[in-house]
Amino acid sequence: MHSVTSDPGQPLSILQGHVSPGRLERVLRSGKFAVTAEIAPPDSADAEAVYERASAFDGCVDAINATDGSGANCHMSSVGVCSLLTRKGYSMVMQVSCRDRNRIAIQGDVLGAAAMGVTNILCLTGDGVQAGDQPDAKPVFDLDCISLLQTVTVMRDQGEFLSGRELTTPPRVFLGAAANPFGPPLDYRPVRLEKKINAGAQFVQTQYCFDLERLRNYMTQVRDMGLTERCYILVGVGPMPSARTAAWIRDNVPGVHIPDLVIKRLLSARDQREEGVRICVEMIQAVREIEGVHGVHIMAYKQEERVREIVGESGVLEGRMPWHPSVGNDHKGQQT
Amino acid sequence: MYALRQWSVRNSRKLEWLYQCFEGILLALHPLWLWIGYARIEKPVRAVERTVKSVMFDCRMCGSCVLSETGMSCPMNCPKELRNGPCGGVRSDGFCEVEPQMRCVWVDAWEGSQRMRDQTRIAQVQPPLAQGQRGCSSWLREVRKKRDLRFFQQDA
Repeated sequence: MHSVTSDPGQPLSILQGHVSPGRLERVLRSGKFAVTAEIAPPDSADAEAVYERASAFDGCVDAINATDGSGANCHMSSVGVCSLLTRKGYSMVMQVSCRDRNRIAIQGDVLGAAAMGVTNILCLTGDGVQAGDQPDAKPVFDLDCISLLQTVTVMRDQGEFLSGRELTTPPRVFLGAAANPFGPPLDYRPVRLEKKINAGAQFVQTQYCFDLERLRNYMTQVRDMGLTERCYILVGVGPMPSARTAAWIRDNVPGVHIPDLVIKRLLSARDQREEGVRICVEMIQAVREIEGVHGVHIMAYKQEERVREIVGESGVLEGRMPWHPSVGNDHKGQQT
Repeated sequence: MYALRQWSVRNSRKLEWLYQCFEGILLALHPLWLWIGYARIEKPVRAVERTVKSVMFDCRMCGSCVLSETGMSCPMNCPKELRNGPCGGVRSDGFCEVEPQMRCVWVDAWEGSQRMRDQTRIAQVQPPLAQGQRGCSSWLREVRKKRDLRFFQQDA
């Protein structure tokens, strides 16, 4: 048990040099190693289902990502999930995908979300409609993730819509993007990251990392370009429940790269599920050692209950306890 | 035509040069265009542009051509119509996540851009597409824009 001073992400006013009143920005800017996690939105109109899923992350993550129709499958909207959870005090990263809405709808949602207390927005292109269970849907893609970043940056920093029409109160949001250091064209990926930063990205969350060598190469290039000084990089990690699932994800989920070695290790384990958790913990500890990595983003689909244990075992919080609903914002306590 | 589109990317450097010459000619002819009237020549120019660019690049007539920024690989052939780079779903063999039989237009774009004289243009952030310009001639729009810019610079 380590005693901790108050969490740097607690008080909710905008500090000097910050763009948002959010806790995630505070944690990152204070140089702490940040932990975010993804919540699976329910196929339900029940608010309790959302609260229950979020409670798995109480006191162990700095922000929760609410996905926006990921995999082109319909679930409760990210605006809906964020609206429920921000009222309870959770720090949310609202994901916005360009697949389902045009620029008019998206700008409206950004305002609505910021009004409800969303302080972080992750700008995504979105999976193609063919990936989901309703492939006949019309793909919108009026914006792409980079023009979306630029749009929200203009709204926040210039206080106007894309059209130039003025906003009374701009959205005070910390802006993020996704990055895939593991997909081709590999030597273009750092250039693309720079483009995202130029368009307004202040943090990125990467695709699942299972290939440390590839990540190290990417980070070397990114550091050489000076990008780690301009943007916080959170590496995506997650436990695989079995070798079969890992192989299926590798073959069917666009953009996920899982080396054979990882699948072999899972296959030869007595308890594949436990081995998956162990691999995840080791991966977190390994990426932490890479210069320029500022945090991890845990995607534990259908294993959300293991996140607390994964974070704890990895030791990356170093005794720091992120926000917990029963403690609130004035907590000066001890890690459990 | 997929094969020709691939050829154009492989020969992006020649096409870059050709495009620059062609732009010079179009710009030089500005007084003529002005005399006939831009609105009047829009239709025939559009027809020529559509034919040539469909053959060479599988052009979709987005009306805001960025071929010189994308290594001569038309980004509107991307099923997501991404104008700022590849999505995260590119397959490990460099093919498209949505249309697995097609190479990712951005994998092509990156290769094409690296063959061109100006390799930095691919890093420029492209604004959202002006959907209202779809179907219009990019050539004439570009000529008018450049002409106005020159006029403005001379003036200033």
